[in-house]
Amino acid sequence: MQALHRTVRELLAFFVDDGRLALLVLGWLALLWLAIGRLRLPAPWDALLLFAGLAGILAASAVRRSRAG
Amino acid sequence: MNTGALHSLGPMLAAFLASLVEFVEALTVVLAVGAMRGWRDALLGSAAALLLLLVLMLLLGAALARIPLRAVQLVVGTLLLLFGLRWLRKAMLRSAGVIPLHDEDAAYAAQRESLGQAQPRRGRHDTFAMLASFKITLLEGLEVVFIIVAVAAGGAHLWIPASLGALAALLLVGALGVLLHRPLSHVPANILKFGVGVLLTSFGSFWVGEAIGVRWPGDDWSLLGLIAGYLLVALLGVNLCRRAHASRAALLAH
Repeated sequence: MQALHRTVRELLAFFVDDGRLALLVLGWLALLWLAIGRLRLPAPWDALLLFAGLAGILAASAVRRSRAG
Repeated sequence: MNTGALHSLGPMLAAFLASLVEFVEALTVVLAVGAMRGWRDALLGSAAALLLLLVLMLLLGAALARIPLRAVQLVVGTLLLLFGLRWLRKAMLRSAGVIPLHDEDAAYAAQRESLGQAQPRRGRHDTFAMLASFKITLLEGLEVVFIIVAVAAGGAHLWIPASLGALAALLLVGALGVLLHRPLSHVPANILKFGVGVLLTSFGSFWVGEAIGVRWPGDDWSLLGLIAGYLLVALLGVNLCRRAHASRAALLAH
């Protein structure tokens, strides 16, 4: 059981260093998916919003980590 | 360059560079195990792991071919995006001096230290050496398999360029390891990780975007725009991180 727990943790660590970064990315993707499907977000705003949101989340996460020391 | 070439060269380059970083890290440990406990068992452990990874890749390839492309792009693209952002964030923090750079010489020395002063055995197999090599090759190799699967998420025709990129990295690192017999400490690992992070994040964004219905301007050409955009944001981010880190240090000094 402990070995399974460790394996799952190691696999998760492949993708997640900062839990808040991962949650924000998933949240942003879900929001855009809804906006594109339901609100018919026009091109190229869909692509620009996807990029701008992800880039902003990345920069904010790195700066937050730098402030924390 | 047409979009077909862009589509093939991008995954090949991303797989090559990412695999290079992973194999350099694995080589450091395999060299330490080989030097301390004997080469035969260190190499046998690595070979067994590589065989297992090859089987895993073939199984995954066959399984993914049966799943609709859009579902693969959504799931694998999201994982690739998280994976790429994690690499890029870490590379940014290392470039800004917030976290220390990875030192292959130090990792090699620490590995040798942890293996003790045991002499290579003759005759019987050294299970510890085999397991140590097997584990590190499998661990780093799993990341390579994921990268190949992920950058090939755009279609079955991308499997070959992505696999060739990883194979070229394996052959290059293996050849350098045989020639030099010491860790590849002169490889600019953080610059490579920075570049790979940008590439993987761009591919991840592109695949996820396709899956959720984003209409990319210029189709595949927008990948180049994503690469340039993430590179710019990451470079600006390094400056911001450096400033934030310096302000914190100044605050703590007072």
